[in-house]
Amino acid sequence: MTLWFVFALMTVAAIFAVLWPLSRRGTDSGGSEVVVYRDQLAEIDRDMASGIIGAAEADAARVEISRRLLAAADQTGREAPVQGSLRLRRAAAVVALVGLPVIASGFYLALGSPRLGDFPLAERSRVADANQPLANLVAQVEAHLEKNPTDGRGWTVLAPVLSRLGRYDDAVRAYRNAITYAGDSADRRADLGEALMGSAGGVVTADAKAEFERAVALNGDDAKANYFLGLAAEQDGRKTDAAALWQKMLAKAPSDAPWRPLVQAALVRVGGTVPDVPAGVSAPALPEGAVAAAKDMSEADRGTMIKGMVDRLATRLKTNGDDVEGWLRLVRAYLVMGERDKAMSALADARQAVANDADRLRQLNEGLKNLGLDG
Amino acid sequence: MIAESGHYALVLALGLALIQSIVPIIGARWRDAALMNVARSTALAQLLFVAASFAALVTLHVTSDFSVANVYENSHSLKPLLYKITGVWGNHEGSMLLWVSILALFGGLVAAFGNNLPLSLRAHVLAVQAWVASAFYLFILITSNPFLRIANPPIEGRDLNPVLQDIGLAVHPPMLYLGYVGFSISFSFAVAALLEGKIDAAWARWVRPWTLMAWIFLTLGIAMGSYWAYYELGWGGWWFWDPVENASLMPWLAGTALLHSALVMEKRNALKVWTVLLSILTFSLSLLGTFLVRSGVLTSVHAFATDPTRGVFILLILFVFIGGSLSLYAWRAPTLKQGGLFAPISREGALVLNNLLLTTACATVFIGTLYPLALEVLTGEKISVGAPFFNFTFAPLFVPLLLAVPFGPLLAWKRGDLLGAAQRLMVAGIVALVAIAVVFAWTYGGATLAPLAIGLAAFVIMGALCDLAERIALFRIPLSLSLRRARGLPRATWGTAFAHAGLGVALIGIVCETTWNSEYIGSMKPDDVARVAGYELRLDGLNPRQGPNFREMVAQFTVTRDGEKVSVMTPSKRNFTTRGASTTEAALLTRGASQLYISLGDASADGTIAVRIYHKPLVLMIWWGPVLMAFGGLLSLSDRRLRVGAPKPAKAAARALQAAE
Repeated sequence: MTLWFVFALMTVAAIFAVLWPLSRRGTDSGGSEVVVYRDQLAEIDRDMASGIIGAAEADAARVEISRRLLAAADQTGREAPVQGSLRLRRAAAVVALVGLPVIASGFYLALGSPRLGDFPLAERSRVADANQPLANLVAQVEAHLEKNPTDGRGWTVLAPVLSRLGRYDDAVRAYRNAITYAGDSADRRADLGEALMGSAGGVVTADAKAEFERAVALNGDDAKANYFLGLAAEQDGRKTDAAALWQKMLAKAPSDAPWRPLVQAALVRVGGTVPDVPAGVSAPALPEGAVAAAKDMSEADRGTMIKGMVDRLATRLKTNGDDVEGWLRLVRAYLVMGERDKAMSALADARQAVANDADRLRQLNEGLKNLGLDG
Repeated sequence: MIAESGHYALVLALGLALIQSIVPIIGARWRDAALMNVARSTALAQLLFVAASFAALVTLHVTSDFSVANVYENSHSLKPLLYKITGVWGNHEGSMLLWVSILALFGGLVAAFGNNLPLSLRAHVLAVQAWVASAFYLFILITSNPFLRIANPPIEGRDLNPVLQDIGLAVHPPMLYLGYVGFSISFSFAVAALLEGKIDAAWARWVRPWTLMAWIFLTLGIAMGSYWAYYELGWGGWWFWDPVENASLMPWLAGTALLHSALVMEKRNALKVWTVLLSILTFSLSLLGTFLVRSGVLTSVHAFATDPTRGVFILLILFVFIGGSLSLYAWRAPTLKQGGLFAPISREGALVLNNLLLTTACATVFIGTLYPLALEVLTGEKISVGAPFFNFTFAPLFVPLLLAVPFGPLLAWKRGDLLGAAQRLMVAGIVALVAIAVVFAWTYGGATLAPLAIGLAAFVIMGALCDLAERIALFRIPLSLSLRRARGLPRATWGTAFAHAGLGVALIGIVCETTWNSEYIGSMKPDDVARVAGYELRLDGLNPRQGPNFREMVAQFTVTRDGEKVSVMTPSKRNFTTRGASTTEAALLTRGASQLYISLGDASADGTIAVRIYHKPLVLMIWWGPVLMAFGGLLSLSDRRLRVGAPKPAKAAARALQAAE
């Protein structure tokens, strides 16, 4: 409301600026040429008095200027006198009263955003609330770290968020700072390696591999580092090395390790055998029997079997969408079968299914990222 | 509310400008005083609203209101306050708002102080001013609106281009714009004269001081920009004949010519039609400069954004105003009354020569700048016209100009005596010859042209002093009497002497810097020593440092000469995280008029850093010259006397006089 009031006041002021001279019947006729020449004549007298010009020059100048003065006076006499025309003034007043508001509101309503208030930063930081978009919070933390670059905890908090937002280069820097200021650890090295991979588009580069090796040196059982070292081996074409690494991981791992299915799937991909699972494993990648059976089948039969399993899985997930692992398996299966379109639509379905559950969504994204899909 | 009020104020200013464009013209046509006076109050109100709009944008930048797209794109909450303010015009939209603010300021000044102008002239001038203003308001509102909002404001801005985060941004653009836009006044006067079909004495009386003011600002603005480029870009160069620099040089050359022809017109009532044409050309070149810089035709530090619609819009403005005013000139100029007569050898004649040389120089710059662009548009072929072209065309034009400069003030109005002037310049000539001989002997075997150029500079400086000495009759009458005469000299005379001497000073700087510049380029480790021009610079070490919105690597050099410590220099390299950009902060050590200059290159992994060290002899004189010129202009501007040029009376047998135009 105040805004419109201010606009109204401003408009009135503008209109007033046009109407004011129209209302005055002053006889302000401005300067004239005659005055200038008179001033010049006076100037010559002053110049001569102070000795800047000689008497002869002064006389010559006086003659010149007087001639012009006469001509100017003659001209002024012949000019029509300044008059007033009431009709024209009224027209001008109407233009101001109608035209100004029309032009102003026409332009303003097309371009302006009258409903938007001001957002000075000082006021906004005071009422930082939970509803702010993640990007804003990240920016705040970044601003804080810009001023306090040695805050290790800050970097530790920021780094995974940046990684998840896909800002891998920044995440790499953040992890490096976290390691510098908050101490080295296998987890951080592994995360750093993962971020480096992310910035290389999912390829385990030499830099990333070096970080994973450092992580393993710090903690031989670090699951992420070991997994990615295996992946590195796979990407290098050393499938047996990869399989050996992953088999060792699975053998050592507790039965309920959340990454178990992922590694098992990877292992199947490189053609390794999944080691015997300790009792009580809940969700193996594929039923053991099925894998064993598949080994003895012909290529075509195996394809049909896998397709059948995948279809069953897809049907099940349609009715029960909460199973994140199931979704991941489905997407992976489509990818392996070379049906990228189906994988993408499954991915979209999965996102929709778990959209309301932040925890599962996170899990899903993590998994998808490991598949080399955008998390 | 601040953002929206600012936006609305700008819209209202457009409305007022439209009324100001039409109503006063109608008033002048029907000789209605009230309608003509509408120009005055609308010009003042327009100034008020634009100023409010500009103040609103400044406030938004200072409070970091990122709901305004312009603030989000060009500011950052951690930026120091000064750069938050200067950042307002460190971007396309804001700089255009500054442009129209200054335009409105000049319009407001004419309205406020134009009491002694004839009523219809004032109405016409303000109306023309409003045409220009309306075009630019429309341009801003439609293509470059600084008040557009973002519904979900981000929490942090994208920061200002780091190269612009410097004190130079506080000075260079406002100065330059005061110059560029200041010429709009002489343009408006010229078009008003053409519309009215007459040029009266009040016209000339007004145009000269306004042109002078614009010229002073433009001179300082260009000099400041050149110095800024010199210390910020890290190359140690001060003029690159870059199209954007040329875009500012062209109005300066034309403006300098205009300044001198306006003088002839005010004092002698001659060169009227030529002055009108120069006024139009000067402002047209200012507009052209705006187009080149703002349209994205050129890519440089100055082209903040490239958007084809903007380019087309400015091109349209260009066509309408330049084409329109020149057509008007072609149509109406023949009806203007011719001015007074003078002999070819006279003060007027000298000023005509000045005008010829300056406009030709301006034309060569124009060709050198626009030919590559035109060629690219027509044939797609890319060529670059660089320093060699300009050095070969510009220098031959400036040498005769500089040779003629000392003669001008010594010639009498209407009919002069060249021989007498030459006699009075004898001392200057002798000093110049001595200077040539000394410099030649000192730098024996070096450049041959440089001593000659130094001699020319000495001639120009001494010539300016000779003129003063002549006027106060130094050494011919007792000294006390001379001093009294010196006090009595009009300030304009002093101004002329300073401005002309400034030319010589700048020339010395340019010649010395380009000829005897020495440099060291290499990579250095800590404790390495570089030797340049008798100085020893030891790299003490490299230290990282945290700034408000950047990190920097500072190198510390200890400078010694003959074993004695002179100073410590700390060049640095800054990294700006938000834009992911880095800048080089050169370190400058001033010794007299000479400077040592260090700028850092990239650091390599083995702890060495690339370093460029220059010793630039007398380099500061390049900028002292323009400052001196501007000071001369200021002196002349402060001289409120009327300018009357008393003619030399004709002898009994009058010599043949030549028509002025």
